[in-house]
Amino acid sequence: MGPFDIAHFLAGLVVLLSFALLYQDRLPPLINTFAAQSLVLALSVAWQAQAQHAPHLLITAGIEFCFKTIVIPLVLTWTIRNLKIHRTVEIVVSVGPTIIAGIALVGLSMGLMLRAGAGIGNLAHQDMAFALSVVLLGLLMMVTRRNAVSQVIGFMSIENGLVLAATGARGMPFVVETCVAFSVLVVLIVIGIFLFRIRERFDSVDVALIDSFRGER
Amino acid sequence: MLISAALICQTVLVGIAGFAISVSAKRWANGIIYGAAALVCLTGLGIALASISAPSALTLPLGLPWIGMHFRIDALSAVFAAVVNLGGAAACVFAIGYGRHEQFPQRVLPFVPAFLAAMNLVVLADDAFTFLLSWECMSLLSWALVVSHDRTNENLRAGLIYMAMAGLGTLALFATFALLTGPGADFTFAAIRSHGISPALSGVVLGLALLGAGSKAGLFPLHAWLPLAHPAAPSHVSALMSGVMTKVAVYGFVRIVFDLMGPVDWRLSIVVIVIGAVTALLGVLYALMQHDLKRLLAYHTVENIGIIFVGLGLALAFRSSGLIAAAALAFTAALFHVFNHSLFKSLLFFGASAIQNATGERDMDRLGGLIHAMPQTAFAFLIGAAAISALPPLNGFASEWMVFQAAFQSAALPQWGLRLIIPAAAAVLALSAALAAACFVKAFGITFLGRARSDASSSAKEVDRTSRFAMFALAAGCGVAGIAPGLFTNLLRPASQMLTQAATPFATLPAPLTPIAASHNTYNGLVVALGIAIAAGLIAAVVKAFANRRTRRSDTWDCGHPEINVHAQYTAGSFAQPIRRVYAAFVFRARETVQLPPPCDLAPARLETSLIDPVWKLLYAPVGRSISVVSGRLNPFQHLTIRYYLGIVFVTLVVLLTVLAIWP
Repeated sequence: MGPFDIAHFLAGLVVLLSFALLYQDRLPPLINTFAAQSLVLALSVAWQAQAQHAPHLLITAGIEFCFKTIVIPLVLTWTIRNLKIHRTVEIVVSVGPTIIAGIALVGLSMGLMLRAGAGIGNLAHQDMAFALSVVLLGLLMMVTRRNAVSQVIGFMSIENGLVLAATGARGMPFVVETCVAFSVLVVLIVIGIFLFRIRERFDSVDVALIDSFRGER
Repeated sequence: MLISAALICQTVLVGIAGFAISVSAKRWANGIIYGAAALVCLTGLGIALASISAPSALTLPLGLPWIGMHFRIDALSAVFAAVVNLGGAAACVFAIGYGRHEQFPQRVLPFVPAFLAAMNLVVLADDAFTFLLSWECMSLLSWALVVSHDRTNENLRAGLIYMAMAGLGTLALFATFALLTGPGADFTFAAIRSHGISPALSGVVLGLALLGAGSKAGLFPLHAWLPLAHPAAPSHVSALMSGVMTKVAVYGFVRIVFDLMGPVDWRLSIVVIVIGAVTALLGVLYALMQHDLKRLLAYHTVENIGIIFVGLGLALAFRSSGLIAAAALAFTAALFHVFNHSLFKSLLFFGASAIQNATGERDMDRLGGLIHAMPQTAFAFLIGAAAISALPPLNGFASEWMVFQAAFQSAALPQWGLRLIIPAAAAVLALSAALAAACFVKAFGITFLGRARSDASSSAKEVDRTSRFAMFALAAGCGVAGIAPGLFTNLLRPASQMLTQAATPFATLPAPLTPIAASHNTYNGLVVALGIAIAAGLIAAVVKAFANRRTRRSDTWDCGHPEINVHAQYTAGSFAQPIRRVYAAFVFRARETVQLPPPCDLAPARLETSLIDPVWKLLYAPVGRSISVVSGRLNPFQHLTIRYYLGIVFVTLVVLLTVLAIWP
């Protein structure tokens, strides 16, 4: 197996785990799947660091591993345990249509990158297609879920897609990468506080309940 | 480097504005701020005159990263920079005296130098980004001056309409430059000029330029904000807006259409000529109906902008057919009128503001007899009125004469359409010139002659010395530009050479106007002035020699009304009545109704007149209604849940990506 085969294998695995995220309807496995996706992503970035001889990508991989694979899942798990929502099951749109929509999105990304990425080489544009798929699947997840925790996980998997795209395309500037990582942390803190506040007020983390409390309607 | 000096001037102006913010509440601030601004403007005038034949450019590492801001002063920018700085200097000198009467100087003082700097920067800009940025600054600062002065509801409404119109204009200019720049990312004028524009797009670009620059200049049908906003500002700012800012708008149009677009099809010139002629006629007709002095002057700005655009349209028509001598004549005429209008319009606004200061009135029907109280203001105003009415030997006549000379060259054009339309447009211009003369007979007569119609008018005092100095300086400018117009058209030759590849013949003293060549028509202002002086002197001598010198005292003819009071005099309304009945009944739906009280009721009978500007009903009202309907329909989108918003973003993204994927 050449270096690009392994890169593709790992990127494909990230996409597959995105589908797993779409499929999971209970929160603890959802968080575990997200941790797995982040782990595979960290591996992928590390592999790219080795393949592209770009040592700064190892730092990126380290950030991915520390925060997204360990810290964030632990915090989220602790949160849902404290909120006592770790046993809830949420179904908004049935799984079948969601998965079919996801497959259509992956097809769209492939078709788009075949055209748009014609100039950047055969393998690079497939990397970009995988990354775009992860972003779109994360967005699909944010749209279809009502639980605030699943929306946070959807958002973070979008960020995973961005990192995948950046490392595939010969690395993004390290400063940008750190900024994105910190923004994710900030989101975690803000949303975490927010979750407890919602819970305090409404006895639920279903964002649909907040809508009737908005002003200026 | 002249351009560096010019930019330093603008920096100083901005600095003065900053200084004004901190000291504007002090009593002494007024004179210092305006004096300093006037000095900077005079320096800028010198720089502009020096760079007419010596263009220079500069790129500053400001603004957008990697693009910077490009500045350049060439023959065209220099002419307009001279107009801006001359008008600015005059307004500042006038304001040294006038501004002392300002009720809230801190609302006005900081904005004026910044406004001057913004107008200068528009003229000096050499890339689309700098141009649009300065243009928008100019709009916003003038808007601030309109609304900050006097917080009445009427002014706020004027400010709102002005804001909407300025926004529309800037939007149109954004689109213009987007089309001109094309797919490349080089916004400099040099790059735009080098790749030109495809003939298919040139109509769209010209239309957008007319919309963008025309809305600021006051072209029909986008003029409606101008008579509301210009009078609402303090008077020296009204003079700046009417006399100078509209010229900056003309500069924008000339820069885009003559310079950046490259060759323009002759069919497009018809649009410019027709819009210019309609603007001129409607502007003067509307001005005739006004009895508010400043609003009357603002409508006259609309008229003169029409004349300028007819000149520019003629230049486009001649240039497209290769008649470069005629094109140079028409172009020079338009630029000369730009200069002249800035002189006499500033002068007239100064006169109006002197009257407003002395009496507190803008309504002509409450003025009258001011020639006794303010003889010097009356004389300066009379010079301005004669100049704007295109009476020889003043400058308004010289430039309008050149426009007509250019129109007479239309017989040489190969296109039948133009050969029919240009004489018709010239006839419309002649009509509007005559109506303008009637209008200023009314404005001067009702305001300064007769007897005072109110106490305020009868107790008026002459204005202070610096204000009078500013007025007389401008009046002298009107005289010199009328008597030796060649001195000024000589300054326009490089600009004309640059944009029409030809120039009017060089004039030597006594600097007559020679449109094409000395063998054709010429106009010698000095001879005309001497002729008028000799004829007037002769008539005075004859009258003095042969008239009956015996002093008699008796009642004047009282038209059968033995009780004479000041309200029996002619009013602005009665002066305009014949013209209102002939022209305005159709155009403005002027209606007169006589309301008689019932028998045995002692109430007075009333004559009521009403006017409607057709553009409000036909253009603005439908646009306003449709905006209201659309926004009503879109209102629910403000109250969706966050998941719906995410869904909308998601669907939009997917649709766009799909379009990108299947786009051929």
